[in-house]
Amino acid sequence: MTDNELVWRIAGGSGDGIDSTSQNFAKALMRSGLSVFTHRHYPSRIRGGHTYVEVRAAADEVKSRGDGYNFLLALGDSFARNPQQEAYYGNEEVKPLSENLDELREGGIIVYDEGLLDASEIEDFEERAEENDWHVYPLDLRGMAREHGREVMRNTAGVGATAALLGMDTGPFEQLMEERMGGDILEQNVEILEMAYEQVAEMDHSHDLRIPEGEHDETQVLVSGSTSIAYGALDEGCRFIAGYPMTPWTDVFTIMSQNLPDVGGISEQVEDEIAAAALALGASHAGAKAMSGSSGGGFALMSEPLGLAEITETPVVLVESMRAGPSTGMPTKPEQGDLEHVLYTSQGDSNRVVFAPGDVREAYEQTRTAFQIAYDYQIPSIVVYDQKLSGELRNVPESFFDREPNPSLGATLTEEEIAEAAHHASGKFNRYTYDPENGVSPRSLPGQRDGRFLASGNEHNPQGHISEDPENRVFQMDRRMRKLESIRAELDDAEESNQTLHDPSGDAEYGILTWGSHQGTVEEAVDRLNEGGHSVKSMGVSDLMPYPKDEVTAFLESVDECLVVEMNATAQFRGLTQKELGRFGEKLSSLLKYNGNPFEPAEIVEGFEASINGGDLPGETTKYVPAAGD
Amino acid sequence: MSSSFSAIGEEREIDQNEFTPGIEPQATWCPGCGDFGVLKALKGAMAELGKNPDEVLLVTGIGCSGKLSSYFNSYGFHSIHGRSLPVARAAKLANPDLEVIAAGGDGDGYGIGGNHFMHTARENHDMVYIVFNNEIFGLTKGQTSPTSPKGHKSKTQPHGSAKDPVRPLSMSLSAGASYIARTAAVNPNQAKEIIKEAVEHDGFAHIDFLTQCPTWNKDARQYVPYTDIQQDDEFDFDVEDRRQAGEAMYEAESRLYEGEVLTGRFFKSDRPSYGQEKRATGEMPETPLAERYFDDSYEWERSYDLMERHR
Repeated sequence: MTDNELVWRIAGGSGDGIDSTSQNFAKALMRSGLSVFTHRHYPSRIRGGHTYVEVRAAADEVKSRGDGYNFLLALGDSFARNPQQEAYYGNEEVKPLSENLDELREGGIIVYDEGLLDASEIEDFEERAEENDWHVYPLDLRGMAREHGREVMRNTAGVGATAALLGMDTGPFEQLMEERMGGDILEQNVEILEMAYEQVAEMDHSHDLRIPEGEHDETQVLVSGSTSIAYGALDEGCRFIAGYPMTPWTDVFTIMSQNLPDVGGISEQVEDEIAAAALALGASHAGAKAMSGSSGGGFALMSEPLGLAEITETPVVLVESMRAGPSTGMPTKPEQGDLEHVLYTSQGDSNRVVFAPGDVREAYEQTRTAFQIAYDYQIPSIVVYDQKLSGELRNVPESFFDREPNPSLGATLTEEEIAEAAHHASGKFNRYTYDPENGVSPRSLPGQRDGRFLASGNEHNPQGHISEDPENRVFQMDRRMRKLESIRAELDDAEESNQTLHDPSGDAEYGILTWGSHQGTVEEAVDRLNEGGHSVKSMGVSDLMPYPKDEVTAFLESVDECLVVEMNATAQFRGLTQKELGRFGEKLSSLLKYNGNPFEPAEIVEGFEASINGGDLPGETTKYVPAAGD
Repeated sequence: MSSSFSAIGEEREIDQNEFTPGIEPQATWCPGCGDFGVLKALKGAMAELGKNPDEVLLVTGIGCSGKLSSYFNSYGFHSIHGRSLPVARAAKLANPDLEVIAAGGDGDGYGIGGNHFMHTARENHDMVYIVFNNEIFGLTKGQTSPTSPKGHKSKTQPHGSAKDPVRPLSMSLSAGASYIARTAAVNPNQAKEIIKEAVEHDGFAHIDFLTQCPTWNKDARQYVPYTDIQQDDEFDFDVEDRRQAGEAMYEAESRLYEGEVLTGRFFKSDRPSYGQEKRATGEMPETPLAERYFDDSYEWERSYDLMERHR
């Protein structure tokens, strides 16, 4: 936690405009030169229910949600009301206030809508406020909105109040409104914004929280993990997607569907996830760069076409956006419980590539790599990430995305090359040849002259015909599995590793190993541990299959002990690491969390300290699993 | 016709033997199997239409019917049980110049793949779908299938099936297929003519192809005698009229289980195909996706003019 940061939380009911307001707020802060990071918390329902978004902003790079927050904007839970009777269902009216107090830091600010919320209904509210030095500003946000526009615009009044309290200019907010709306709506919102600003600016302010100052070297853009994945695919020349909606995968599917027609691509929403993945295979077989994806339950249905892609050697990229399971689990909550599902689902020996990006930048880069590997090696690539990375927004330089589309179809022959390639006596093209160097035998595409072959889900001979010949079986299996070794060698030789080492103290004594979306949170914890006198480094692992044995071995050999941080109940990644490396059982302990909320850096700091010194874990919802023999 | 896919649209005489894959593989269907009839009719139809084997993509499911792609010498995709349609329709979207044919059995098409069947018909993709209907699961050794008659006894239904069979023609009509026919392996000339019509039809052409199973449905000649509804005065109806077509289908489906086999073209409409509809909404490019990856002069549009919205 840095002193000079703002963590602004807007809370209310789903449908109150929490999401769009927070996005605009984050963008305004980004434009003013700050680095921003957002964290969304929402229930699985459309309207009503308690929801909040945090926007963390500082001059330096922010890598995680942080812990706690220092500014609460509590809007009313309008959609939980019965519109006919103007009455609330249950006791929802104070939720935007009462549900959020525990994590509000000392000295924090509370702005709440006194038109809709009644703080006196919350037990001990005044005592707690005094004890924690909270600065409370009850404002009639609904009244201000009504005066110049409509009641739903009260979030605009809240933003105006926020700006006045933090010493910000309203200019960036007005500009954002102009970009998004027009006519009466724009006019009304600007009036509400200015009215709230002026009213609050004139009030006596007892707090000293101010917006930090920052500056960016170049133009920034605000993107989520899902946006990055979609743009990675588009930049890589992906022009076909098929899917079925499922949270949180829907984000990628939506972004792709909105953009593909504009770049001459095709998006198909189909009857189920089996069809979705099968469509991606069909499009790829006919010569398009194609993808599909889903979340846990939908990905389970894709297990069939996934195996079909493996044995027919049809390139395809599948995205798996994890949410808490098993089965329907918790649709809007993150978890990293699908690791083994993604690695091993489908029948037979696994022959696929799996990447787990650690942040929004890696989501873009590794999606591109996933396509390159899939098409160069004719193998399914999976990008696995979770609901946390899917929805969180971060700023990156616009130039980061500025790359040329890649038109290569990988190991695919032209008609000239087919004419020179080996054919069987029957005239069929030897699509699945026995002895290519890296396991890859280039393919032809339907419609190309003299390239006929059969892509078969049965074990097959070089022309694709069904074969149960033992010798052919072993040749084909070995050839397909050999691709993984070649891919590992290529990834190891790449200029930049997909694994992210963070070692601020140089040659640290202890390690933290993690995978996927907690990379930034772990890095922030590592920084704090080193500032607190510990000697710790971390590695965020992105290559899950083929596993980066050399890199992780070197990391683990260099430390005395290592804590593995992941968001599931059975330490799946620790298990994978021990399985792949065949040792280190005595060196690895686990910090686990699976209550539906992501780790905060402080939990990792405390968990680490407990792991080396003993002592209490941070809260009841994290779990420590000691090393073997401990 | 395009430079990278020069086999597409080539005009020359095609001998039906070009669709025979040469020295291997040997068909593993049982002697007297109706599947031979489908293969023969398909070869004849494609040759008479002058289709180059390299421009045809045949996508099959699993089972005896799934082996069709092994014995037919075109590009093939032998997919998984019930999934031929999603694979086939995406191939057609990616490269609409291809001649795409999907095939599977009655278990494959009306059972495990029933959902795909309904939606592919509904979308009216421009392709042919041949369902080998022998009223039995063959390759798994004679279990009751969705088209097996009520009361059918098998090892998995020893007391006799309590289910009415599905009505594939009526299903297809209600789902939205724009060409629906039934033919039989015992009627090779009609089968060939119907496949030709189906290939030339722009839209989803569903052929319920009655194929006798001499091994598990003992009466090897069960679909004889048959009546061609286009030749018989009793069935004077307008195939473009949905209501009349539906009635004819109902008759044919009811009488099949009474031992009377009615075949022929049941329905035909000029409903625009999915590709046409999708192009009209701007959701599909005019040129094949597959082509552009080979085209050095293709100007890749940058998706990131929309980066503005993230600034």
